Amino acid sequence: MNLTTSIIGIAAYLILAPIAGGLLAGIDRKISARMQGRFGPPILQPFYDFFKLLEKEPITVNRVQDFYVMCFFIFIVITGCLFFAGGDLLLIIFSLTLASIFLVIAAFSSNSPYAQIGAERELLQMMAYEPMVLITAVGFYILNGSFNISDIVSSQVMGIQYLPGIFIGFVYILTIKLRKSPFDLSMSHHGHQELVKGLTTEFSGKTMAVIEIAHWYENIFLLGFVYLFFANSLAWSPVLAVVVCLATYFLEILIDNSYARMKWQFAINASWIVAITFGFVNLLVLYFIS
Amino acid sequence: MSYVTKSPWIIHYDGSSCNGCDIEVLACLTPMYDVERFGIINTGNPKHADIFLVTGSVNEQNITVVKLIYEQMPEPKVVVAIGICATSGGIFKECYNIMGGIDTVIPVDVYVPGCAARPEAIIDGVVKGLGVLAEKRAAMDQKPAVAAEVKEKEEA
Repeated sequence: MNLTTSIIGIAAYLILAPIAGGLLAGIDRKISARMQGRFGPPILQPFYDFFKLLEKEPITVNRVQDFYVMCFFIFIVITGCLFFAGGDLLLIIFSLTLASIFLVIAAFSSNSPYAQIGAERELLQMMAYEPMVLITAVGFYILNGSFNISDIVSSQVMGIQYLPGIFIGFVYILTIKLRKSPFDLSMSHHGHQELVKGLTTEFSGKTMAVIEIAHWYENIFLLGFVYLFFANSLAWSPVLAVVVCLATYFLEILIDNSYARMKWQFAINASWIVAITFGFVNLLVLYFIS
Repeated sequence: MSYVTKSPWIIHYDGSSCNGCDIEVLACLTPMYDVERFGIINTGNPKHADIFLVTGSVNEQNITVVKLIYEQMPEPKVVVAIGICATSGGIFKECYNIMGGIDTVIPVDVYVPGCAARPEAIIDGVVKGLGVLAEKRAAMDQKPAVAAEVKEKEEA
């Protein structure tokens, strides 16, 4: 991938990701409502929420909190930009981790017990999903001989043919990353959980709006990961990849609505077991056949 | 038009209600009434909320709680008193531990009487609250200077 396509990728991500992410969140809420037998909010509701949050009176617990939240936002955007510019997969994974850490520090800095429990659970969730994310990167490396996204999407083979186990494992931890039940431990979009807003308890107004838009950027980037499994040099593969991305998101909504929240012990055990059985075994097989 | 009327988030607090009005408030979220059609979400967090729904009257022990929730909500905010107990104290008015309606502690914008208040009446009350919310939002734009002055006086 040359410089022009990289710049186009970054520009498209910066402009289109919040729009697509917001629409996806709106469709998510509509489909969730229909699954629960309700009519549901308008598709544009997440945008109304976002602009409402911008209109609210700014209240911050301390000055440093907003700084950390802005760092979270900036690093999420940088992660996505690196990804859509065809950058290095390992760098992308670690800059995503850095972004999440900034959000955790922001929550810790408020000294509120609810925010702290949420932040602690966020750390546990990161422990749960991190191994599988790394296995995914290693899998792509063994298959393509390169960590670069630009090499992966222009290779002759389709990732899913050789990495089906890693794909299953990745979709499993995607539930954690998308903050879907049963793994919405640190922060939930639904009311009436034992720890409702967790991580975001102390954020309000503009700060909350920044977190919302960062989540839209993050969700689009995460679906980009799913895209990687199906993209290759063939012309029709991007179409298939986008269809699979949407199907995966629908599956996540279905899981979200059919499971109650689990304990963090289950989240860690289950995702490590999935990472070992599906991810690691897939890596071993790949190692022997290649 | 202000976006605050399109996405009113709610926090619900049970003062010393008999739970009758609480059940009716929660009934508004069920498929039968589904207030999420209007973008209304039950947040459970005062810092995210725009509308404060209080059921039941205020008693000696929860004065501070009601005040704290109210103070933690960022402007513009609206308080809706649900049920006759929250409106005036109802049949508990003469009790030794009851202060009376919610307006004895914090300013109330909309009163929804009833024992228990019906979900239709509660939704009506919240929609009425949206009008007040829009007015308060407009007032924030018009006179930030006045608001600053008031704040300075309060601090002094």
